[in-house]
Amino acid sequence: MFELRGLIDTIWGWIAGLLADIGLSAGLVQLIGYAIIAAVLFGVIALVVLFLVWWERKVSAKMQDRLGPMRVGWHGIIQTIADAMKLLQKEDITPKNIDFPIHFWAPVITFVAAFMVYVTVPFGKGLIVADLNVGVLYIIAITTFTVIGLLMAGWGSNNKYALLGGFRSAAQVVSYEVPLTLSLLGVIMISQTLSLGTIVGQQDGFFKWYVWRQPLGFVIFWIAATAECNRTPFDLPEADSELVAGFVTEYSGMKFAMFFLAEFLNMFTASVVAVTLFFGGWMSPFGPDFGPSWLWFFAKTFFFVFVLMWFRWTYPRLRVDQLMGFAWKVLLPLAFLNILLTGLGIYIFD
Amino acid sequence: MDAIVFWIAAGVAVAAAVNLIIQARPINSVLSLVVVLFALAVIYLQLSAEFIAALQIIIYAGAIMVLFLFVVMLLNLKQGDEEGRRGVLHSFGLLLGGAILLEISIVIRLFVPSAIHPGAQAITSNFGSVGQIGRLLFDDYLLPFELTSILLLITVAGALVLAAGRREERE
Repeated sequence: MFELRGLIDTIWGWIAGLLADIGLSAGLVQLIGYAIIAAVLFGVIALVVLFLVWWERKVSAKMQDRLGPMRVGWHGIIQTIADAMKLLQKEDITPKNIDFPIHFWAPVITFVAAFMVYVTVPFGKGLIVADLNVGVLYIIAITTFTVIGLLMAGWGSNNKYALLGGFRSAAQVVSYEVPLTLSLLGVIMISQTLSLGTIVGQQDGFFKWYVWRQPLGFVIFWIAATAECNRTPFDLPEADSELVAGFVTEYSGMKFAMFFLAEFLNMFTASVVAVTLFFGGWMSPFGPDFGPSWLWFFAKTFFFVFVLMWFRWTYPRLRVDQLMGFAWKVLLPLAFLNILLTGLGIYIFD
Repeated sequence: MDAIVFWIAAGVAVAAAVNLIIQARPINSVLSLVVVLFALAVIYLQLSAEFIAALQIIIYAGAIMVLFLFVVMLLNLKQGDEEGRRGVLHSFGLLLGGAILLEISIVIRLFVPSAIHPGAQAITSNFGSVGQIGRLLFDDYLLPFELTSILLLITVAGALVLAAGRREERE
């Protein structure tokens, strides 16, 4: 009941029938289908991001005993759309002595990479664009492109604050990627697959969620993921009080908006991975058939996004040396320990 | 469809590779190399080697290229820093590149007939899967694999020694 897959199949069947009637070949119809899937996915994710920006402002306001945006729409709900329109119309200022191609492509790469992850995410029962058999690795691979985007932004801007921000960010993301990837290995060892669809399928029941068998793995993942998103307490790349705005210093208008939206999207991605691998994805706590699956997926994901916002407005920022030391001296050994314990557990119990 | 994707990926790879060579600034060359590696990953995907494609992006485009970028940015090479040696290096490089191209084409012509002829053996369904590669690495080729890791460990230790300098100098 209330599953979207049937509805989508019906609508697509109707559109495909129409297209076939005009006399398009089967291959062309399939190609149009892919294009529609991409457009719909982009639309949904873009809406989610716009909502997240508004939500972050509301959450921060509540935590600081303010009201937040109130004027545009009900409780300011379309404030973000108004802001996006403003940024679209703004003049695009490009500084004089920049490396133009690098400066230009940096936000594009960051933005596109942030979106490409969602190809292999199971949003609900049957709602997955491509269930790759290397799904987990695919997500890790695509997110590494964010680093290149940040470095390009830092370098291309020809600004010392931007360059420092870019360096810090790259050092941070590369360091935290190691414990992050290793913490996911525990789940993969238990599930014996890299396909996200299969991993969700195995967690059909509250006590089958992998977080109960991988508590340490989840904690490591969650800390490393917070660092990967450059969120407080790990927001050194754009530490406003030290670096103006880090790698986005020299960006204005729509290019700035692309970095901004990509950052929120990365936050959503981290939550999606947490939910899919550790908290049963679209499965409800009461089994696979309780309520609409996509609603469970979004409810769980938004909860984790809220946790990230909660971190941001509660914790102070780390120092650079503390940040790197924590990744290499604490998280990495713990991640190895987790793999060892998981291996022992599988050896003893299976 | 397959052919279109292949030609786009191959074209991008070759164009980026040419751009890598002719760029005067090292930073642009590194970024071109990222594009080459990404295009190669697409071709790996087409050859149903998803695992290799993912590794190609994670390790090369993600980790090693970021390292290259770091080094280039920290050294801050300006255009023309290497101008003096360019003429000799260029002709030598051309010679070497031509020799390698000749060698590769001879090898492909003589020893890899199944790779270019139609009707080659069909691949099995789990070809290039994570499980299969893992089994090969940790079973059949365990010794070379472990030797490589020791080699890498030695490299790390050597880099540390070089970077730290001699003790008397530091004090």
